[in-house]
Amino acid sequence: MTGGSQTTAAWLADELEAGRTTSVEVTQRHLDRIADVDGQVHAFLHVDAEGALEQAAASDARRADGAPRSALDGVPIAVKDVLATRGLPTTCGSKILEGWIPPYDATVVRRLREAGLPILGKTNMDEFAMGSSTEHSAYGPTRNPWDLDRIPGGSGGGSAAAVAAYEAPLAIGTDTGGSIRQPGAVTGTVGVKPTYGGVSRYGLVALANSLDQAGPVTRTVLDAALLHEVVGGHDPLDSTSIDQPVPALVDAVRQGATGDLSGVRIGVVTELGGEGYQAGVLTRFQESVDLMVKAGAEVVEVSCPSFVHALATYYLILPAEASSNLAKFDAMRYGLRVVPEGSPSAEDVMRATRDAGFGDEVKRRIILGTYALSSGYYDAYYGQAQKVRTLITRDFEAAFGQADVLVSPTAPTTAFKLGEKLDDPLAMYLNDLATIPANLSGVPGISVPSGLADEDGLPTGIQILAPTMADDRVYRVGAALEALLLDKWGAPLLDRATGLEGAP
Amino acid sequence: MSTGMSTDTLLSFEEALEKFDPAMGLEVHVELNTASKMFCGCATEFGAEPNTQVCPTCLGLPGAMPVVNGAAVESAIRIGLALHCEIAQWCRFARKNYFYPDMPKNFQTSQYDEPIAFDGWTEVEVDGETHRIEIERAHMEEDTGKSLHVGGATGRIHGADHSLVDYNRAGIPLIEIVTKPITGTREKAPAVARAYVAQLRDLLLELGVSDVRMEQGSLRCDVNLSLSPAGAGTLGTRTETKNVNSLRSVERAARYEIQRHAAILDAGGSIRQETRHWHEDTGVTTAGREKSDAEDYRYFPEPDLVPVAPSREWVDELRAGLPEEPHKKRARLQADWGFSDLEMRDTVGAGALLLVEETIAAGAPPQAARKWWLGELARRANDTGTEVSELGVTPTQVAAVQALVDAGTINDKLARQVFDGLLAGEGSPEEIVAARGLEIVSDDGALMVAVDTAIEANPDVADKIREGKVAAAGALIGAVMKQMRGQADANRVRELILERLT
Repeated sequence: MTGGSQTTAAWLADELEAGRTTSVEVTQRHLDRIADVDGQVHAFLHVDAEGALEQAAASDARRADGAPRSALDGVPIAVKDVLATRGLPTTCGSKILEGWIPPYDATVVRRLREAGLPILGKTNMDEFAMGSSTEHSAYGPTRNPWDLDRIPGGSGGGSAAAVAAYEAPLAIGTDTGGSIRQPGAVTGTVGVKPTYGGVSRYGLVALANSLDQAGPVTRTVLDAALLHEVVGGHDPLDSTSIDQPVPALVDAVRQGATGDLSGVRIGVVTELGGEGYQAGVLTRFQESVDLMVKAGAEVVEVSCPSFVHALATYYLILPAEASSNLAKFDAMRYGLRVVPEGSPSAEDVMRATRDAGFGDEVKRRIILGTYALSSGYYDAYYGQAQKVRTLITRDFEAAFGQADVLVSPTAPTTAFKLGEKLDDPLAMYLNDLATIPANLSGVPGISVPSGLADEDGLPTGIQILAPTMADDRVYRVGAALEALLLDKWGAPLLDRATGLEGAP
Repeated sequence: MSTGMSTDTLLSFEEALEKFDPAMGLEVHVELNTASKMFCGCATEFGAEPNTQVCPTCLGLPGAMPVVNGAAVESAIRIGLALHCEIAQWCRFARKNYFYPDMPKNFQTSQYDEPIAFDGWTEVEVDGETHRIEIERAHMEEDTGKSLHVGGATGRIHGADHSLVDYNRAGIPLIEIVTKPITGTREKAPAVARAYVAQLRDLLLELGVSDVRMEQGSLRCDVNLSLSPAGAGTLGTRTETKNVNSLRSVERAARYEIQRHAAILDAGGSIRQETRHWHEDTGVTTAGREKSDAEDYRYFPEPDLVPVAPSREWVDELRAGLPEEPHKKRARLQADWGFSDLEMRDTVGAGALLLVEETIAAGAPPQAARKWWLGELARRANDTGTEVSELGVTPTQVAAVQALVDAGTINDKLARQVFDGLLAGEGSPEEIVAARGLEIVSDDGALMVAVDTAIEANPDVADKIREGKVAAAGALIGAVMKQMRGQADANRVRELILERLT
């Protein structure tokens, strides 16, 4: 099996189906790649070579019996370390969970296993998914395969970098304010945040329950659709999961891949562009829009005035929910336990453990959230934020009355340098300016590579948003744009990544 | 377990009531008897091996999520309806955030400003007077785990060597029923508190939603109490006496706090707003933690759950299936049973209404049922400081004992030994009668031998009877019964003695 840089999960699935390769071979090849480059990239917190090869062998046996479990049976995958994996360490990038091995699988992980995808390992992330650079991981940062001095985005920098570096053909990420889409944009990969409730959150260690959503991290839009169909759908263990069938995503991709966008109305959101956006990012964005127009799309400018409050709203709701979610990490049942000198009480142990186990960004948000929920401040902060959230949803509804999908740059800038924004939380938070509104209102979104910024040669991304449960639309338009761009470039964008030596 | 000692100064109850008006608020926590927990599928059996009825959700493991138990919602609605509450058309769960080792998530999933049931009432009777109790709310929540403090002398956390936590109880569905301030009850306040909890317990039993075993903690009562100067019509500073675990204690704790508050206020002091611990053994309360009104639990709507929105059709259906209302039921039963007002009042007051009803349903005559529960069994309960309902004797057993009496197999005196056997777990009444050899001797031959022996041993008494003083036969009957170890029909013995001597 050699697919080189053309390798996609869909292609691997075809090769497996045709009997030209085996899952063991494919899995071993990716494990080798991890061994070769992960010392530089640090996309993985834990690699489960033995388990992955065992699952690969089982997949090969099923295929020999003519009974593969899914289209992706045998195609290996990496999973963000925020999802519970039975028997595999799950740290959420935090010291406080060091050594914890969950006794159960997240629903997403269970569905991956049931569909026969060998799990290569767990990917790095900002601690408890708080961050936009993966620098807040307690286990050290992940580096961008395009330039090892730069961040891979966050919080899911590990998943995006693993896919960009060909360490895994597929990965699972989670997106609370852009943690799938923004890393996708800055690493030249595809990332999808499904409709809130479209993919089960059971077993996803919650950052902000009302915003979190797991989704695919891939190199192509088709791969994302294939993976989304495996993990999506109703789960009785998650009360917020939507009890409706997953739209036909792969079909939507095939329809979009023809490159025809006749009759599709594309809304450019006024508030998600302009000031604060890097010139090269805006240039590539405009180019993509122009391409879509050429392919038959109609472009309308739409205004979502409440979006300017999205960041502030997000930074009240997220810390509030997180402060409560993270209370359970108290050394009583699992994870780190720090016992102070003397004869400490349970409260002393909790305090010492949380002090030692949480990083600064986590503590910052716990403090913010605790404050926002405090009696006397609740109405002014959390209550008010919920009202603005409703306004943002109304803006989306109005905008979707004018356009079938909304588009914007995914992130305002290309990948910045490691350490550049570490001491400036507000600058870091601004990275998620364009991605946050979708989380606040639950709508689905995709980030598709839109090229390289002229000024720094680094990847840029375009975000496509659709109404709730219209995930198929983001796939259709995403696939169309992907096809148009590939046609223009002549080869996948990742072929131009220069950060790593050695062909994939 | 506890060794609460108190140096509290108390005013006499009478003097306290002369000077002050009590106001009470009762918070009752009911553990539902659903097969599974509030937010997961774990079993809820009482007394299982520690930490065997747990899963990622009720252990609060990272990533686990709650799912609402529909059966618990149904029970909550039925309880609300039985207390004449409004049922919310739409309500949410909320997180109550605070740190405690036996709380797996360090927040309790509860309800805050959107309870499932609110604005209800119920009426209780004390000494023939009806008191209306306003219900503020009934809301759903989950129970916590249970800490076991090892190594200390008192079983409390203070001084303990280490603590163990059993999470079997974590996530058991609870309904918290909160009254509005109960005022105007004056010296009846403690009795009203008891009558309310007793009636609530019976109601919950009839609804079939809980085991309501106070001693097992499936019904727990917190008594909030405050005093205000007599006639002032204000509310004073309250104390909250926690986890009062029997009907008797509800009454005693309320009475104790009235006397304690009164002494402090009378001496010009002020009441510290705090929780108090009730000590069953010494009958006192001791200070717990200070509790301010502004205690900040940082409530916010539980984002992992969707709102509960019971349809009106469903609520109406549940309403139609409710048991009879307590006051109507009391009137009907009194008429059916032919009880006097006093008999009925005593039965209700002893918390034995349901027991008597079930005993009658099992075949016993009403007066016999009342006699056993309010006499022999109430005495035994009183001796051991428990409630008759918690003795461990069932209405079916009492009816069976009475059936044995009615059949002449045993008499009332022997029946007491049968109750001994029942309490000792020796089997059914019939088995106990057989095993202990309690059956009345109805063989005249054997009785005649005993009669003759008694006459021989008491010639003087025999002579008096021969002289016509029939009343003297009592002494001989006693002697015969003693020989027969009570296992004879006293009337038959009397007949045989008179036959012999007259």
